[in-house]
Amino acid sequence: MRPATLPIRLEELAGELAQDRATARATQSLQRRGVPLASPAEQLRLLKAVLLHTEFDALAGSTLDPSALEIFQVNLGKLCNMTCRHCHVDAGPDRTDAMMDEATLELVIEAIRRTGAHTVDITGGAPELHPRFRDLVQAAIDAGKHVMDRCNLTILLTPRNAGLADWLAERRVEIVASLPHWRRPNTDAQRGDGAFERSIRALRVLNAAGYGKGDPARRLTLVSNPAGAFLGASQSSVEREWREGLMRTFGVSFDRLFVLNNMPIARFLEWLQASGNLESYMERLVNAYNPAAVSGLMCRNTLSVGWDGRLYDCDFNQMLDLEIDLPENGSKGGPHIRDFDEAAWRQRRIVTARHCFGCTAGAGSSCGGQTAQALGPS
Amino acid sequence: METYYKSQHLADFPKISESSPELGKKFFDYYNAVFADGALTAREKSLIALAVAHAVQCPYCIDAYTQDCQQKGVDLEQMTEAVHVAVAIRGGSSLVHGLQMREHAKKLGM
Repeated sequence: MRPATLPIRLEELAGELAQDRATARATQSLQRRGVPLASPAEQLRLLKAVLLHTEFDALAGSTLDPSALEIFQVNLGKLCNMTCRHCHVDAGPDRTDAMMDEATLELVIEAIRRTGAHTVDITGGAPELHPRFRDLVQAAIDAGKHVMDRCNLTILLTPRNAGLADWLAERRVEIVASLPHWRRPNTDAQRGDGAFERSIRALRVLNAAGYGKGDPARRLTLVSNPAGAFLGASQSSVEREWREGLMRTFGVSFDRLFVLNNMPIARFLEWLQASGNLESYMERLVNAYNPAAVSGLMCRNTLSVGWDGRLYDCDFNQMLDLEIDLPENGSKGGPHIRDFDEAAWRQRRIVTARHCFGCTAGAGSSCGGQTAQALGPS
Repeated sequence: METYYKSQHLADFPKISESSPELGKKFFDYYNAVFADGALTAREKSLIALAVAHAVQCPYCIDAYTQDCQQKGVDLEQMTEAVHVAVAIRGGSSLVHGLQMREHAKKLGM
């Protein structure tokens, strides 16, 4: 699969993003600010320093085992038009340093053609910013996969992506869109002033393309996460409120709602510490530990591929540099997509640390929503 | 006691049962049943509780139901409107008693 046009240069993209005054931005990336917490090792150190009465493995270790590979998740890189306050990726318009290159993308496409996973889940940053985004989607569709685009909504309004919603709809790609709340205050608090208004405009674009109207080929899933140091609301109880509220107030519709917890990683971790909420939030996560959430955790059935081709159990581990733990990975260096072997992958030990309490708190939290309700990917 | 109100009292609330376990159990069973989803959603009940907390000016309840409302996806604008409901009822309650005042005044005045 060759791109129809030459890839756009990343510097050119970064230039466009720097000129973009319309998109809301809540903060700047940790990396751009040059703060110590930009380093994953520093984030892990801070988490480890919190006084907790137990550890994740002590509660979940024995019950957390790999299942069959279902979700092949690709992180195309950290470039994003937005800089939300809670971002676990530390994405932003300056992050051209962490973008998947051509050679790695070809290896990813090769692996997608071989994998038994039924779903290809594409994330970032804003994955749509990657110059080869459409090639990756097309390759996954051609391989017979269900494709999910983890979309921040506002990216659909940028000039370069005009028409993208229709293009994705024609290919039956599921849109999994971040929207912290169905009303303005909490959305703008997390994503920046004006983000809510643009998100609603993008939802109208998606509705016009046939998304969010009950058609399984054009499924629009919204993803909400709390604007603060508390757990996500019960998915089933808020979905009706969202559905009625969005339709009544803005005339937009969606197909389903996922509610996630915020992970104490990167910018959310920074915010927790700066606001004096770190200890109490971690304590809250531990106290809300729900054993019923473990079986639905994404790390059991997901392969997470980083922008540089390295492999992880989930996108959160990816951001903390916690690579997958394969049984025999002695001399090869870190596990990489070029060596991916699904049988060996099944034998791995899932890598955990204290941030994992975020996924087992309350009703559970995963890229597929609250896990205690055993939601399937499609 | 150095101060009458301590935030730790909220976490220690169940200890009230220690000296009267049977009544304590009855109260907390009832309390939990009241806040479960029913004809009203748990979210609606949490907003009512927040408004009442302000009407009775209970700092423990304000702390607890601010958190509970946030956890249930209620934002600051919505919580503030709920507080205004309590304010309107309190203010209206005072004002409507003005009609009693008027009756007394009319009876004694010329």
